[in-house]
Amino acid sequence: MIATIGIWVAAFLTLCIYSFLYRDNPFYRFAEHLFVGISVGYGIVIAIHQGIIPLAWEPLSEAMRALWTVIRGQATLETINALWGLIKIIPIAIGLLFFARLSPRHTWLIRYPIAILIGFGAGIAIPNVLQANIFAQTRGTIEPFAAINAGTLSTLDIFGAILIVIGVICTLTYFFFSVEHRGPINWLSKVGIAFLMIGFGAAFGNTVMGRLALMIHRVSFLINDWIGIIS
Amino acid sequence: MLEKFMNMDRRIIFLLIALVVIIPTLIPVRMPITVSEPTQKLYNYIDTLPSGSTIMIAFDYGPSSLAEPEPMAKAVMQHCFSKGVKVIGMTLYPNTPTLAHKLMRKIAAENNAVYGEDYTFLGYRPGTLQVILGMGTNIASVFETDYEKTPITEIPMMENITNYDQIALLLDLAAGSSTEAWIVYANTRYGLKIGAGVTAVIIAQMYPYLQTGQLIGLMPGYLGAAEYEKLLNAPGDGTVGLNTASYAHLLIIGLVVLGNIAFFIHRRREA
Repeated sequence: MIATIGIWVAAFLTLCIYSFLYRDNPFYRFAEHLFVGISVGYGIVIAIHQGIIPLAWEPLSEAMRALWTVIRGQATLETINALWGLIKIIPIAIGLLFFARLSPRHTWLIRYPIAILIGFGAGIAIPNVLQANIFAQTRGTIEPFAAINAGTLSTLDIFGAILIVIGVICTLTYFFFSVEHRGPINWLSKVGIAFLMIGFGAAFGNTVMGRLALMIHRVSFLINDWIGIIS
Repeated sequence: MLEKFMNMDRRIIFLLIALVVIIPTLIPVRMPITVSEPTQKLYNYIDTLPSGSTIMIAFDYGPSSLAEPEPMAKAVMQHCFSKGVKVIGMTLYPNTPTLAHKLMRKIAAENNAVYGEDYTFLGYRPGTLQVILGMGTNIASVFETDYEKTPITEIPMMENITNYDQIALLLDLAAGSSTEAWIVYANTRYGLKIGAGVTAVIIAQMYPYLQTGQLIGLMPGYLGAAEYEKLLNAPGDGTVGLNTASYAHLLIIGLVVLGNIAFFIHRRREA
């Protein structure tokens, strides 16, 4: 019974959303606002239950209980170990500083958590992003030529390797604005534009494919599940 | 005639698209599927894993984008369970835990897999970077309990698993930029092997990683799901979806060609 009600609600909301294809209307707006509200509400509940409670509340409350036991002089090895949970007070306190934004007098305190986040983010991102997106990609562009030299690549792979190098050089040339785009530089950048256009075309084609997949999934639901239970 | 075509009501195109999606859904006509190299590589990698190995699946998509990754998840999990490969599920998306948990339960039930022994679902923890990096050191430091609140130390299949060193593959089923995060932090920093199953919208961004070997395999959208199902000889949602999509693609290609022809004729006349 609950599953049937769920299917009817889902079918109604799907049709509400698709009604926008005809024109904007209150049914579409109702479904859109409902989706946004439920997504945000559900996200918050999950963040509390899967994030704040297991990572902050539970270890901290366990440590507080252990501390109380120690104060009462009933400490065991287990309770002393649980005291390590008190260390969570530091990140929790730093996190709470984000709420300083709500008080105009204490807004300046927000700089500390932001500074820590930026420092951590930049420190962890810079070496890894450089390694993954620059060094590894550069190696991937050059490495096939070693294979060509060793004679282990097929004709099609050799063509692909050469095409990649041409694409990389020409596209980078297009974005190189320190030199005026005239003569050979102009030709290279024009070839770069062609590569970019092919890239955009592929991205557009993939986007169409992705959006169609969403529609197919909904149509399949309406035909198989919703009309299925009606008939 | 040309003017009429150039000024065609866009709702006619919507109607045509709806028809080419609805008709093949009602009367399925199978299109031939050939398996591409990226999907084959992923299949081969999982197929050669010894029984008892463990892979991790990150369900990094939301309810609004599950059309493509779900058939991939079904196919890969079916493959893993048939080979005796254990599966750890988790997600970096806050809206996905219930969805992914339900899906894992359903596929496991169809394949007689036992929770805690053949598969487990860890759920969601906030902070993409912290989760990926934290699990590289110690999975239990990020997920002290699984989604069902069982302490991770009490889950039999997690007994010998501490961090990525014991994970043979991370398969990211993604609808956003999560695959790049897994590559940048888990692959680069910890050497974890990454495979991906992504929605069609982000396929183009993934090919550079495939070419360099940072991704060991890739399932591109419905196509990837259909190809994997073909390799398993078990047609499912991916195959059905791809068949329907093929007709819609033909219509869109036709409309793009017609639109361009009309545009150039119109421009020539105006000149």
